[in-house]
Amino acid sequence: MPAISFQSVSKTFPAARGGTGQALKALDDVSFDIEEGEFFGLLGPNGAGKTTLISILAGLSRASSGRVLVQGHDVQLEYAETRRRLGVVPQELVFDPFFNVREALRFQSGYFGVKHNDAWIDELLDSLGLADKANANMRQLSGGMKRRVLVAQALVHKPPVIVLDEPTAGVDVELRQTLWQFIARLNKQGHTVLLTTHYLEEAEALCSRIAMLKQGRVVALSTMSDLLKGASSNVLRFKIDSTLPPFLAGKARITGRIVQLPAHSAHEVEQYLTALREAGLHAEDIEIRKADLEDVFLDVMGANS
Amino acid sequence: MSGWQMLLYKEVLRFWKVGFQTVAAPVLTAVLYMLIFGHVLEDHVKVFGQVSYTAFLVPGLVMMSVLQNAFANSSSSLVQSKIMGNLVFLLLTPLSHWSWFLAYVGSSVVRGLLVGSGVLMATSFLAMPALVAPGWTLLFAVLGAAMLGALGLIAGLWAEKFDQMAAFQNFIIMPMTFLSGVFYSIHSLPPFWQGLSHLNPFFYMIDGFRYGFFGVSDVSPWLSLGIVGAALLIVSAIAIHLLRIGYKIRG
Repeated sequence: MPAISFQSVSKTFPAARGGTGQALKALDDVSFDIEEGEFFGLLGPNGAGKTTLISILAGLSRASSGRVLVQGHDVQLEYAETRRRLGVVPQELVFDPFFNVREALRFQSGYFGVKHNDAWIDELLDSLGLADKANANMRQLSGGMKRRVLVAQALVHKPPVIVLDEPTAGVDVELRQTLWQFIARLNKQGHTVLLTTHYLEEAEALCSRIAMLKQGRVVALSTMSDLLKGASSNVLRFKIDSTLPPFLAGKARITGRIVQLPAHSAHEVEQYLTALREAGLHAEDIEIRKADLEDVFLDVMGANS
Repeated sequence: MSGWQMLLYKEVLRFWKVGFQTVAAPVLTAVLYMLIFGHVLEDHVKVFGQVSYTAFLVPGLVMMSVLQNAFANSSSSLVQSKIMGNLVFLLLTPLSHWSWFLAYVGSSVVRGLLVGSGVLMATSFLAMPALVAPGWTLLFAVLGAAMLGALGLIAGLWAEKFDQMAAFQNFIIMPMTFLSGVFYSIHSLPPFWQGLSHLNPFFYMIDGFRYGFFGVSDVSPWLSLGIVGAALLIVSAIAIHLLRIGYKIRG
């Protein structure tokens, strides 16, 4: 039985009242399964429908049609069953300003009917580097600390399925590492993880399987290794101080001084270098590397536009 | 402690942590009303033939405080959680709509009774009315607080901004409490306004509550009980329905 099963899920948001806008189809017939124990990545640009899909899974929102099962239970008809099995870290950095960290975690345990949970709460605080903040009011915590509390709150009831919606947005490197070590450990212990992120290196490092969403549709669904193997090209990468000629600029991914061009053959590499020479430009640090998830992502998103 | 009890506990703790604002301030306000109206009107007004105005005023002020604070508790907690976004912590839990209802209304009743007791104790130094039938008093206090707690729940679900919340409170709850006989016996009103007051469920709450003190009231306490009970059932049914369908909280 899959840990999560999305079955023909569609979601349409009605046009705003009084506005001239049209109804928005946020999800269009989305179907895929996530197996027990998988570390699964859900990727897509902003507005692709990732958060909408997770909201439907978590019961924060209802599908217009289709259904979602968590370990065989319907998220609408058996919501108490499915919510007990899910630990959801929401994307927004929200907190209750009235309480301290330990109180927040005790309340959350209580809502799930978990009693005498202090041992597990202490373990969570320890693992997330929050032990010395247990009695701090939520308002006094930095953004990164609040994010850790969100993770702890999602895990108080030891859910078998963990859902992380952009957990590392605006989080420093140290916390990211602490967080991933902890989540990877939980995954090894058998927890299923569903992750959405904009950091594609993270997804590449952690996820065994990926779904890519674009405008509410699944445009790729594959294991990470197949996805990378199937990438059609290598990448020519160099640094340059000047503006690229139009022939190159149209194909390149440019980050500051760094230029990356998809290269399907040695001939193509020669063409690029010739174009540079003819334009009288000087490139530094030239290298050719294997395509990574980011290249695949851009490829998939570009191909479907 | 089961899920709804934990939520009830959290909701009580929430207002208790800001007790100056949620308990002490309303008590002080009621005492000020008492001092001013009592001072101005004591010698001019007699109610039910023999009851002094100040003594008459005490139960009215107590009940008004119970009702307003019960409403304020559930409504402000919900609207704040919605605006802060932390309502998501509850939305992710397996708590049923019944659990939400019990916890939010329950904490409203606790705050209402707490503020009510505070007002009664503070004003009893100025004029202690007899307490002829305390059972009636307590019954109407609990029913009234529950009804306003449920009404606050509805308002909290409906309102998307503090402005809308304030409108609900100032244009519906305040007039209905003030025009229900807190400061006067409706027998002193012209027939038209007497008739209109009989359409206001708040009138029956305060009249029934006052019966417990004096053993005298404008209408029979049984009639008040029937009407307040029915109003509570209707408002609760609406609140539970809205929670069940996730009105404005689940997309």
